[in-house]
Amino acid sequence: MSLPPFEVVVADHGPTVLRICRAMVGAHDAEDVWSETFLAALAAYPRLEPDSNVRGWLATIAHRKAIDQIRKTNRGPLPVERLPEAPGYSGEPAPRDDDLWDAVAALPTKQRGAVLYHYVAGLPYAEVGQLLDSSEAAARRAAADGMRALRSTVTRETS
Amino acid sequence: MTFERDILTRLGEHDDESVESMARLHARLLEAASSEDLLDVAYRVLDTPVGSLLLAATAMGVVRIAFDAQGHDAVLDDLARRVSPRVLCAPSRLDPAARQLDEYFSGRRHRFDLPLDLQLAHGFRRLVLGRLTDLDYGSTASYAAVAAALGSPKAVRAVGTACATNPVPVVVPCHRVVRSDGSAGGYAGGAEAKRALLALETANRA
Repeated sequence: MSLPPFEVVVADHGPTVLRICRAMVGAHDAEDVWSETFLAALAAYPRLEPDSNVRGWLATIAHRKAIDQIRKTNRGPLPVERLPEAPGYSGEPAPRDDDLWDAVAALPTKQRGAVLYHYVAGLPYAEVGQLLDSSEAAARRAAADGMRALRSTVTRETS
Repeated sequence: MTFERDILTRLGEHDDESVESMARLHARLLEAASSEDLLDVAYRVLDTPVGSLLLAATAMGVVRIAFDAQGHDAVLDDLARRVSPRVLCAPSRLDPAARQLDEYFSGRRHRFDLPLDLQLAHGFRRLVLGRLTDLDYGSTASYAAVAAALGSPKAVRAVGTACATNPVPVVVPCHRVVRSDGSAGGYAGGAEAKRALLALETANRA
């Protein structure tokens, strides 16, 4: 067992990590956070254990980079109020995230993090809790609450 | 549980927009990786008359050239294991190599002028590769002759192994080493590719 070429990591996980970034910091900053994440990941990659959860590892880095980005742009806590339809400042159209991703982005910070890191990135609740400065139990509750909120969105869509 | 599966499936889907974003982000990653000295192995694929060639380079030079028959994915995995896992598709670093190979396959180039990184060849095999670059365009030598020229006339089989494991075929012309009876002998890219290269060189010999 050995590490695949980093190109494979980008191809396999790049799009999902981009959507995680969008949900965390909005469309405008998502590409900056993605770029910081993958550059940091590339630097650290040779030291990654070959059988690691690569997506979870990337999400952990993305979480740190998102916090850096939010501090840098001095916008206070995660800018939920700008989401989900903030257009890019550079004149690019806002990504056409489907309603589900909009709903994820609109979740309260801890629920959003718990859903993204556990359900999308596949991290165990203990690690999700560490990322969110919560206990494992609190992370589990936040993920359950987040999924319940998403379920009501989906139910509204289909009804 | 079906609800969770449904959510997971939908969160895992990629839209066209994210595909476009990925092309842009990939280019940006390459630029940053180059300037931070993190692009350990760059590669690209080049279409040639002997099939698509995988070209890979380190900062030192061209480290690997591989034929279709060798399996490009397997070769990239091998590079990740033996050189560095920091492997990215970065065509621009291979531009000089691609240009010279294009010229070679059109018969206009008889000698390559490229920095090489021969870290994948060791010991006697590396000595053999050094000797092969002396073989002129359009000429051939037998495995036995190459062994004799290296002062190891009994190392005919070792010369064969060195040719078979040449990490940078075409550029280091192991295709110019043939059997003593004049038949082409084996080749990493297949016997047909070897004959095609020899025919190309015969046709364009000065």
